[in-house]
Amino acid sequence: MKEDLVLPAQRAQGPGTDGERLLEVTGLTKHFPVKGGFPIRRTIGQVQAVDGIDLTVHTGESFGLVGESGCGKSTTGRLITRLMEPTAGTVAYRGRDISHASRKQLAPIRSEIQMIFQDPYSSLNPRQTVGTIISGPMEINGINPQGGREKRVRELLEIVGLNPEHYNRFPHEFSGGQRQRIGVARALALEPKLIVADEPVSALDVSIQAQVVNLLQQVQNDLGIAFLFIAHDLAIVRHFSQRVAVMYLGKIIEVGDRDSIYTRPRHPYTHALLSAVPEVNLTDEDTGGRERIRLAGDVPSPISPPSGCRFRTRCWKAQDKCAAEEPPLVRISGNHEGHLTACHFPEEPTTEGREEDIVLDPALAALEEAASDEGQGQP
Amino acid sequence: MSTPLLSVRDLHVSFKTEDGVVRAVDRLSFDLERGRTLGIVGESGSGKSVTNLTVLGLHNPMFTTVEGEILLDGQELTTAPEPELEKLRGNKVAMIFQDPLTALSPYYTVGRQIAEPYMKHNGASKKEAWERTVEMLGKVGIPNPGQRAKDYPHQFSGGMRQRAMIAMALICDPDLLIADEPTTALDVTVQAQILDLLKDLQQEFGSGIIFITHDLGVIADMADDIMVMYAGSAVERGTTEQVLRSPQHPYTWGLLNSMPRLDSDTGARLSPIPGTPPSLLNPPSGCRFHPRCAFQGRVAGAGRCTTERPPLATDRASACHLTADQKRTIFIEEIKPRLG
Repeated sequence: MKEDLVLPAQRAQGPGTDGERLLEVTGLTKHFPVKGGFPIRRTIGQVQAVDGIDLTVHTGESFGLVGESGCGKSTTGRLITRLMEPTAGTVAYRGRDISHASRKQLAPIRSEIQMIFQDPYSSLNPRQTVGTIISGPMEINGINPQGGREKRVRELLEIVGLNPEHYNRFPHEFSGGQRQRIGVARALALEPKLIVADEPVSALDVSIQAQVVNLLQQVQNDLGIAFLFIAHDLAIVRHFSQRVAVMYLGKIIEVGDRDSIYTRPRHPYTHALLSAVPEVNLTDEDTGGRERIRLAGDVPSPISPPSGCRFRTRCWKAQDKCAAEEPPLVRISGNHEGHLTACHFPEEPTTEGREEDIVLDPALAALEEAASDEGQGQP
Repeated sequence: MSTPLLSVRDLHVSFKTEDGVVRAVDRLSFDLERGRTLGIVGESGSGKSVTNLTVLGLHNPMFTTVEGEILLDGQELTTAPEPELEKLRGNKVAMIFQDPLTALSPYYTVGRQIAEPYMKHNGASKKEAWERTVEMLGKVGIPNPGQRAKDYPHQFSGGMRQRAMIAMALICDPDLLIADEPTTALDVTVQAQILDLLKDLQQEFGSGIIFITHDLGVIADMADDIMVMYAGSAVERGTTEQVLRSPQHPYTWGLLNSMPRLDSDTGARLSPIPGTPPSLLNPPSGCRFHPRCAFQGRVAGAGRCTTERPPLATDRASACHLTADQKRTIFIEEIKPRLG
């Protein structure tokens, strides 16, 4: 069983995973000012979108970043591609700090870090032909490949599974999945070393999602490109990434190898997240064996996040220590190497069901009680 | 067996557009019993939302042609005059939409919007309606409902807005609740909360629910029966157990195979359905799935899939020309092993 888990992972890792540290992010922070007040508008608060995260992406590796909306995963992606300037912390690409680099200094690096966006409808210019869109990056960077740009674009279209004859068509002539392929071709145009993919498949239909995921995986294996794969779909991240980080309210709360995170999670939030994924039970037993942890309430506001551990307001294990002291992201005893967890009172490393459901929502608990009192309730 | 709560027979819905006639729903029939949940699964453009807008009479009559029967408790809805439908909407039939931010008006307090249908349909006074609103908000799990009812939608989070929508839908104790992708815009942990809430409230109110989604995992959790739609018609139906444990239609197989699961083999490639969904301006002849189907070569009688539309029986059925034996063997030998 264990070998079964390890072998495919190694096969999928592709070339050079243990190689160079391609991207190193330390203490990355982005605070957005909140303006308000009258008559003079001044900064009255800070949205702490990303607050001191560390991560490393190796050459040719796929690193997954999961979390719910508002946890700062997209902002992280934009900081790494330097579409935004960080408030603090460093982004080092191949050992060079690019966190505050000027436009000019960035120019040679821009071609090596590319981005794929979520919405294939708004990320392609409707007035440009596919050829212009894909050759755009080459034109901006003054790159003239052998045989001309048009030949290269046709090659790229073929790589992403589109007909090279569609060179002169416009985006509206393509379906959502095909448009996302155009986005992938554009990202590949400069032969990047790192692609930041921000929810690349979440706008697509289920049957099309798989096509694009397969394409990205093929591109990664064939060309050895490292990916920072940002998504909220835990199953897709698991399928695509060798290492995974879980974010909550601007912080990484758990990071580690895919198998370690998905089969031996330690942070209560990771447990809750995994248990909340609805899945089709295909086994022949009646109960799936997975119990569901129901989290109470909503994610707190990132303008004034809770003190100490940010998850403590929704956590069933929270104690006084959690409010007073922020848990460091460390390797807890029992964790595999490289599996770090930020929690004072970690869960057992298992995804097996516990004795009973953990119900944290008082309203739901009351409803269930009422239902069991009245039997079936009124028709 | 008593008469079903909702009975749709041979429904055809088509829209006139600049490019031609879009046949959004084609030859669709289904029943819904009281207290049960029917899950409708399909991709965008499969006609699942159009079907339910037609039930509520929310289509634009200028450009839409509706044929067939929609019987709610024996009352014909397709030919019912607008005032009749108005009496039903929000009262006997209620709807929960995908995006609660656009479904709620930003200009009125949440409480006022929830109270409105109760006042309209039950002739209740403002005070009674307000009391009932606060009670409903409490039932859907909004903390401090008396205060929060005076808030505007922008002061609510996404999950709370969807809870408010549910309170509004259930305030008149509807017989039929249509939930159109109610959790698609929400995060997984909030989605789990909302699904639990809907299940608990259904126990209490005993409404029949039509639950529309593209997520098979959500359907497995919510529905008693499933209808899979493709390109405007149903391709497979049965109980949740039947459809998910032993699916019979190549499209359902394709959907199940194309989703990665939390326990699937990470080294294997996903098996997507090739091609893209067809345009409903000009749907394929015969079986509408045949251009994307990998199994049409195995159907006895060459070319049947391209010329003859496979029928869909009631109860447990799938619209495919493969024989029942073929479907069973293909699923057990070729599809199931890939699902891990």
